[in-house]
Amino acid sequence: MSTNPKSGTQNNNGHSDVALDVRDLRVHYKTPEGDVIAVNGISFKVYKGELVGLVGESGCGKTTAAMGILRLVQPPGRIMGGRVMLDGDMDIINLGNKELRRARWTQIALVPQGAMNSLNPTMRVKDQIKDAIETHEGRQSKAVLKERTLDLLALVGLPSRTFNMYPHELSGGMKQRVCIAMAIVLNPILVIADEPTSALDVIVQRVVAQTMLDIKKRLGVSMIMIGHDMGLMAQMVDRVAVMYAGNLVEIAPVRAAMKAPMHPYTQLLIESIPSIKERKPLKLTEGLTHDLRNPPPGCIFQFRCPHVAETCRTQKPPMLEIQTRHGVACHLYKPEETA
Amino acid sequence: MTTPLLEITDATKIYGGGFLQGGKKVVALQNFNLTIPADTPKIVTIAGESGSGKSTLANLVLGFTPLTSGKITFTGHDLSKLTKEERGIYRRHVQVVFQDPYAVYNPFYRVGHIYDLIIKNFKLAKSKKEGRELIEEALNVVGMQGDEVLHKYPHQLSGGQRQRMMVARAYLLKPDLIVADEPVSMVDASLRAMILDIMLRLRDDYGISFLYITHDLSTAYQIGDDIYLLYQGSIAESGSTTEVIENPKHPYVQQLIGSIPVPDPDQKWDSEISLPDDELMRSHTDSGCRFYARCTHHWEKCLTTQPLLYQINGSSHQAACYLYADEK
Repeated sequence: MSTNPKSGTQNNNGHSDVALDVRDLRVHYKTPEGDVIAVNGISFKVYKGELVGLVGESGCGKTTAAMGILRLVQPPGRIMGGRVMLDGDMDIINLGNKELRRARWTQIALVPQGAMNSLNPTMRVKDQIKDAIETHEGRQSKAVLKERTLDLLALVGLPSRTFNMYPHELSGGMKQRVCIAMAIVLNPILVIADEPTSALDVIVQRVVAQTMLDIKKRLGVSMIMIGHDMGLMAQMVDRVAVMYAGNLVEIAPVRAAMKAPMHPYTQLLIESIPSIKERKPLKLTEGLTHDLRNPPPGCIFQFRCPHVAETCRTQKPPMLEIQTRHGVACHLYKPEETA
Repeated sequence: MTTPLLEITDATKIYGGGFLQGGKKVVALQNFNLTIPADTPKIVTIAGESGSGKSTLANLVLGFTPLTSGKITFTGHDLSKLTKEERGIYRRHVQVVFQDPYAVYNPFYRVGHIYDLIIKNFKLAKSKKEGRELIEEALNVVGMQGDEVLHKYPHQLSGGQRQRMMVARAYLLKPDLIVADEPVSMVDASLRAMILDIMLRLRDDYGISFLYITHDLSTAYQIGDDIYLLYQGSIAESGSTTEVIENPKHPYVQQLIGSIPVPDPDQKWDSEISLPDDELMRSHTDSGCRFYARCTHHWEKCLTTQPLLYQINGSSHQAACYLYADEK
């Protein structure tokens, strides 16, 4: 199985094990009644070869955060600040347009939400993949293109006849795998997949999830997977990043997040997973409780938090690194405990 | 035995087969049987993957599309033979909650409009005040207050609120049966429990039965009484929800339940699975077991005749697989 060796452009920065370093990213949406703060200064790292799951309820800003990282936020949205360092030294936010165009797909690729419906219905799979390659690497010979494409299809577990097929001839799971194949065709450092399995049947979902894990292992690519299915997260990711109302409240290794969540919101999220193993009384919760235009001073979760205290009303809890690669933003935990 | 609330006998629905489709037939539902008793309200789950026929079943029960063969009776009345007047009564007794709470509202009307329409159409109230009281009661059942929401436009409400209002709308008519077609699949996980809880309360406190159509077995497991698992239009397995999910018998159902991601990193999927090509998967649909291409057991009779539903341990638990043929 031959895949492209990593091109030389990306290892001139030393030996950092951080693939992506997001610092204080802010994205606002302009509305006549004031700015909606969709992403309120989030910071996190994605290490090389790591799969980070980004979870939270709808409207919490997960997709917007991902779009911010790719600098794909559409008006009325605007990136208000922050830095997105890719592979150590490249700041996506301050890149010139030309360099940004070059970096997208070759360095950082996206599998958009509902990706399987984003395939061009009038083009064969081979031509869509060819487009991606030639746009970034210039014209290639037919034989080279064919070999690369076939290797790529094999990598995502698709039969070689997919090569000549149109999207309507493929099932949902196959289309999704074509989209994943397209994301990795230029060997990016980081792939962002937005709900890559949400419209698929359970068994097909499992097949696509296996494909993604397999690619991660073989290519060593880092991934961010956006989703809300905590079960799927537990099966797939290395770390879970939990967002609430535009803020990152906890980022933790998956085992810690599932077994001993620290932030009250993460705890609530874990408790509300419907289980297939035991029949338990339903846990009732409210949804988002404040207007995103006017986030309360202090902790973002104060209205729903069972442990709310006086400080939570006035001071925003900073993100504390409780353990290695485990951060939590909550006043319940004090820096001393880490010492 | 009293007349059951809903009885579906040998229901079959075939789409296509006409001149324009080139004679190609799609069997959406085949020989489906289901009973919901009148005396004990139940939440009956119809589960299956996309294309398994679960929405076809909902459309048949709601009378949106006629049966190809078979019979559906509601409190003893055959659905296909209802007069116009009886059909109106049927509409009142059988209500529906659809999947998408974003698509069912007219964005130009305030949300109160959906309730006003029902009250007008079914002549539920003599005066405005009386109508308002009915609405208030229905909203209270789903944990909402009229003053807070009725004057708002749909876009001002969250998905969870909208879906709760749809349940309230169904409840307003005090139906005997609510067909809930994927009511929680577009609602956030944290709000899902609230809607499921409302369904449980409507069953226990108001005696309303549900036909709960879903692809999500974990929510079915939390609230369902009986379950019917469909595979390509036929029942693969049926029985009490706890029994079927805790102890699945049909190879398809075993694979399905084994594929549900468990929210525990220490309980990973046990093995790699792969799916055969789509063409292969559809090629055994005419005769024999529809699951043949994906099954791990390949017997000769699986290819020639479709297995019947066999009883397991003499209980209500049934599976359509030759593995259980001897136990009959």
